[in-house]
This record gives sequence, C-alpha cells and structure tokens, in this order.
Amino acid sequence: MTSPAQTDTPDIRFENATKRYGDVVAVDSLSLAIDKGEFFSFLGPSGCGKTTSLRLIAGFEQPTEGDVLIGGASMVGTPPHKRPVNMVFQHYALFPHMNVADNVGYGLRQLSPRPPKSEIQKRVDETLELVQLAEYGKRRIWELSGGQQQRVALARALICRPTVLLLDEPLAALDRKLRREMQIELQTLQRDVGITFVLVTHDQEEALSMSDRICIMRDGRIVQSGTPRELYDRPLNRYVADFVGKSNFIPGKIATVNGRSIDIESDGGMLFSCNPSTEQDTYTVGDSASIAVRPELISIGPPGSNAEALGTDVVIPGRIQNRIFLGEHTEYLVSTEKYGEILVLSPKYIESVRGSFERDEDVAIGWKNETALALEDT
Amino acid sequence: MRLYSIAVYLFLYIPIGIIVLFSFNAGRHASELKGLSVKWYGKALDNPFVIDALFTSLTIAFCAATLASIMGTSAALALQRIKGPLKAIFDGMIYISIMIPGIVIGIATLVALVSVFDVLNPIIADVWLGDKAPKLELGMISVIAAHTLFTMSLVIVIVRARIAGMDRALIEASTDLYASPWATFRQVTLPQLAPAILAGFLLSFTFSFDDFIISFFVAGPNTTLPIYVFSSIRRGITPEVNAIGAMVMGASLLLLIVAQLLLRRDHRR
Repeated sequence: MTSPAQTDTPDIRFENATKRYGDVVAVDSLSLAIDKGEFFSFLGPSGCGKTTSLRLIAGFEQPTEGDVLIGGASMVGTPPHKRPVNMVFQHYALFPHMNVADNVGYGLRQLSPRPPKSEIQKRVDETLELVQLAEYGKRRIWELSGGQQQRVALARALICRPTVLLLDEPLAALDRKLRREMQIELQTLQRDVGITFVLVTHDQEEALSMSDRICIMRDGRIVQSGTPRELYDRPLNRYVADFVGKSNFIPGKIATVNGRSIDIESDGGMLFSCNPSTEQDTYTVGDSASIAVRPELISIGPPGSNAEALGTDVVIPGRIQNRIFLGEHTEYLVSTEKYGEILVLSPKYIESVRGSFERDEDVAIGWKNETALALEDT
Repeated sequence: MRLYSIAVYLFLYIPIGIIVLFSFNAGRHASELKGLSVKWYGKALDNPFVIDALFTSLTIAFCAATLASIMGTSAALALQRIKGPLKAIFDGMIYISIMIPGIVIGIATLVALVSVFDVLNPIIADVWLGDKAPKLELGMISVIAAHTLFTMSLVIVIVRARIAGMDRALIEASTDLYASPWATFRQVTLPQLAPAILAGFLLSFTFSFDDFIISFFVAGPNTTLPIYVFSSIRRGITPEVNAIGAMVMGASLLLLIVAQLLLRRDHRR
C-alpha cells in the first residue's frame, strides 16, 4: 500500500464545532482530526449530523460556534468557492446543459488565471481516463447510466486535485452489485491519487469496507471513532455494536470484575464470563450491562451437545424459530427459554460437515467466553 | 356529454374559422363568399396604415417582452429568497395582477400616467435650461410601460415554477468548484432558467401584440394593429380586416406553440 506519509498537521480539524438550526442542534461541539491521505467516514443514521459535518467542511454551512480548519487554516467565514475541497454530491448534481467533458472541466475553467484551453482539454482527458470514461467526453449527461454519472461526478471533483475530496452518500443511488464495484474502485482511486477522502454514509458495510477510520455519530455527537476492526471487535456501547454489524444482546448485571474478565449475571440467572470492550476501568459491580455476542461467533449443534462437542465455553438449549438461507451462510433465529431470540450465522463449510437444521428443530448453541463482550448500558 | 363538448368546441372555433375562411374571400364584401383568393392579404400588406400599425405593435411587443423578461426574471430570483407570510402576499399580488381585467389596468395606468405627467411636466419645464422643455405625454413608451407591467407577472410565474423545479445542488456544485456567485449565475442558473425565460418572453410578446384594451387607453395618438383593426371595423368588416385577423392569429398561435414546446421540454428534463 502506497499510503502517503502522515504529517503533523491534520488535513481537517473540527474544534468544538456546533451547528444549530433554531432550537435543533445538528452538530454538537464536534472535535476531531482527519489526517492527510486518510479515507475517513462519518457513519450514522439519518439526522445524526454526519451530512451537516460534511457541509461544514465544504462551506455550505457555517458553524454556529467553534471552528473548522482545513490544512491548519480556520475556514470560518470562507465561502465554498474559496475552499480547497471538492465534493461528490449524493445525486451527483451534474450540469444537465453541459456535456461530460464540460462538466469535468468546470472547476478548471473557474480558476484565475484560467488555464489555456489545451491544458484544460489535456487534464479533462486524463481525468476521464482515470475514471475509465475516456471516450465519453462528448456525451450528454442524460445518456449515461447511473454508474457512469457517478464516475463523471468523481472526475469533476478530482480534476482540480483538491486537498480533500468530500463524498456525500455517493453510492446510495447505485444498485448493489455496482455499489460493490464502485467501493473497490473508490478505494483504489484514493490510494492512487493520495487525496484525503471524507465519506458520509448510513451504510455500515460501505464504511467498513472502504475506510481507514470511521466516526460513528448520533444526535450530532461522536459515539466512537476508530478503525473498522476496532469498531467491530471493540464497540464501546450497544449503539455501536448494533450499528456496526449485527449482534445479540443478553441483558444482565455485572457480578464480578477481575482484570481482563468480567462476569455478568444475566436476567435469566446464568453467569457469563465476558471480555471488557474498553481498556478503561469503567465497570462497576452491580451496574446493569449486556452480554454482546456476534452471530457469526456462535456455534450451533444438535440438541444435548456438550461444550466439548460444540467447541465452546457456554451451552444454551434452544429451538430453531426461523431459518434464512443466504448462500455463503445460513442465518438461524434460535429461540431460547431464558435469553430470548438469538441470531446465529453458520458458514457453509461448517454446514457441509455437520449438516444443517430445519425450522422447529431443537438445537444447542454456544460461544467461547473471550468472544463475548461486556457492554455497560448507557 | 360528447355531444355537449362537440358543441362547445364548435361554438368556440366556428367564428375563428369563419374569419380565416372569409379572409380568403375573392369578393368585396365580408358577408358573402365569392370564390377563394389571397388578394386581400396582398392588399392588407400593401396598406401603409396597416404596415405602420404593425411596426408600432411589433416594437411595443418586443420592448415590453424584453423588459418584462428581465424584470420578471430578476423578481422571480429575488422572490425565491422570501419565506413565510410575506411570500404569500407577494404570490397573491402577482396572481391578482394577472387576473385583473384589462380595462381596469387600462384605466388605472391612464390615470396614473396622466397624473404623474401633470406633476412632472411643470417641474421639468422649471429646471429645463433650453428654449423648449420636453413634455411627457402618452405615446409608445406609455404603452410599453403598461404592457411590461401586466406581462411581467406572467414571466414571474413561469420562471418561478422553473426555479422551484431546479436542483439546488447544481448551484452548490458550482460554488464548490470554485465558481464565484456571479460565475455560478451566468454558467448554471441562467442556462437552467433559459427555456422558461424564453417561453415567458414569447408569451409576453403575444399578449402585448394582441392587446387592445390597455393600448386603447394609453396609446395617445399612436395606432397599434389591434387599434387599427378596431377603427377600420367601424367602417364595416372588410375581407382585408379578416386577412389581418387571420395573420395575427397565425403568428400568435405559432409563438404560443413555441412557448409551450419550450416549457414541455423543460419539464421533461
């Protein structure tokens, strides 16, 4: 990987940036730094403040309080057309009265002094080549497919080589297969051009697959930020665990805390040993907490299997309530007497050895202690 | 129901059809059809009074439509920023000015112009240093002013509809790509609004060109084509008048169709 050298000044910094619309707080004293050359994502449901954060960088919104810095310089009061960032809009916002080449060259034509025509032409051709639309310069916008329009929008935003490229749900309008392809392409492109990418998305899969770092937002605040793996393996709380991937939650109370192991007594009466989700010493005996287990970390076997047969520490009997075949794996919804419904993801290669289960069949499920996380209820 | 609608259409279009038919009358009298000919068209176009009136009408229509397009577009752009009850008031005022009968606009404009002239003329005479002070009076310019007033509302309504349908993100995209507000207006907003502005221009042109009532009140000594037709009818309906009527109708219809096509294409995008 040819990731550019990280420098001391981050590319973008929010310093207690707050954006209010009347009584509504869209972004609530946001502080964070995005490094040079990083692929950074804002992830969250609609209304969490992620788009407003992006628009604060672009300059379409001005912070009510606090500051937004680009390359170390405060951007408060700087209008969008004087900021060294470019944006890919959600519905592309391509100019319908111009052809592809004129759309792509638009940013260059606004520079003063304006580059000569031949220079613009050359850069447009290069950029169209970069997004694999070399022969499309003369086409009209409405003659292009959604994926092609997406690339034109990308080319238009990249041609001026901005310090930061902002992407506002750029793949939301594409179908699933195309979205996968574009995710890979975007990631490759980002490495090739070495520009900082800031992505806004509500699609956790998109954020996980492309980003170097993700910031999960809720009600205008950061809930947790970190690498995709950190967020997935060490979610700080139930909100993150629920938003990033799927998870089972068993409610209970913290019974004992001893270093790297936390025992939670579930409401069903059983004692579960879990890993802490944070390094910090925040667990207090008696507090209510949840045991969180990812569905793909749960083993499933015939009824009466013991821990040894399942290869787990915990064994819970249950009954298959629903079964969804998803190709590479099967999703079972198992109802248990004391712990509610538990989702289990069983990969194809295990099924091919141990066999699969049908609806209404009795089963045993279980997991290893170290795969369960103790999440304090907040 | 079907018969009824046929009857309505016949009622609407038979008189127009008769005018067109009789404009091709070879005979001298408008009341009896004696063979077909285009000689009355030639006669009408040879008549210096008709040509004179036609040029007056065309000049007025062109000036009024141009002014209405510029002012109406500016107004529409300014009005999009207004919100709340003020917006409702402006909306109402625009629609009212379209719906007010021509005769009211005619009288009102006449009274307004004459009283303004009465105030201004003595002042101009006082401050004028030369021998003969210019005197403001009714004429072509007052017709242009009156026509601009009532056609401007049409442009506002048409252009505002287009603005409402325009993607705000286009403007944001332009400013994001380093275009100053003025550059954005010139390169994005104006081209996006162009079909609507042109349609508004054509409609204004047609309305001004066909207008009789308002012109009649404020034209002063000038004769527009509708005024000419009106005055010659008093000497009896001749095939010549029919020919003029048919030509005016044809031209107006053409402009209306072009305007409709522009708005339709606009809509499809």
